[in-house]
Amino acid sequence: MRIISILFAALFFMPLAALADDDNVPPITHPLVSAECGACHMAFQPAFLPAQSWEAIMGDLSNHFGEDASLDTDAMAEIEAYLMLNAEQGRLVSADNPPLRITELRWFRHEHNDREVAWLKENRNVKTMADCAACHRGADKGYFDDD
Amino acid sequence: MKHKLLIGVIFLALASPAQAGPRETIMELLAAEAQVANSSYSGFSAAAGEALFLATFTTGKPETTSCTTCHTNSPSNVGETRAGKPIDPMATSVTPDRYTDQAKVDKWFRRNCNSVLGRECTAQEKGDFLTFMINQ
Repeated sequence: MRIISILFAALFFMPLAALADDDNVPPITHPLVSAECGACHMAFQPAFLPAQSWEAIMGDLSNHFGEDASLDTDAMAEIEAYLMLNAEQGRLVSADNPPLRITELRWFRHEHNDREVAWLKENRNVKTMADCAACHRGADKGYFDDD
Repeated sequence: MKHKLLIGVIFLALASPAQAGPRETIMELLAAEAQVANSSYSGFSAAAGEALFLATFTTGKPETTSCTTCHTNSPSNVGETRAGKPIDPMATSVTPDRYTDQAKVDKWFRRNCNSVLGRECTAQEKGDFLTFMINQ
């Protein structure tokens, strides 16, 4: 009887698991990462970029998209380790020239094409496409399935 | 007896220096540093701090040519990062807990002086800047 109820439960919950498609990403669970990476922009979840990208970004924080975002060495090591451990898996990228901007990834450009970007900036007061939470209200929790 | 106690309290209040909170300590350290760097140092100037706050530089990063790029031209205003996040006003009259954490002050001077001026700020510049923000 117990086995049957476990099987039943598994069958019941399976479709839910299958529904959680790749529009959602695991949230950041590290307070220092949330605080430091979220000081100027939304703290982007590490699964949005492969490890090569995070390594390149963390290696040049004093030239961080037009600003100096340098950290002390302890904080930097801790944050980099978290980002690398939780980075996107399975994407083949060039180690010499990895993507640095989530907004330039092919899937992102597919989800938000030029016309939509122009419309959002004009009508929704979206200053930059890096401001995910302007529209995705659960962005900081990794929930992007609301579009 | 009560009279004596009162005299004692008044004496203590007069004798002890102004309460040194974390912000006062930060300012004292900057003053000491400025003195070491320049023997003719004669204190910090809020007017010089205001001029620094409003100045435009061509030596830093092109995206951030002035403090006002993100902080607006009034320390009493809420600022906005280039990525759209609000920044608490710089003036301590509006944001009282500002400039009370040495590590935070060091971090943001290091970052923002490099972003805007393309170099570290001097102790004189930091002291002038903070004096302006504290007097707002």
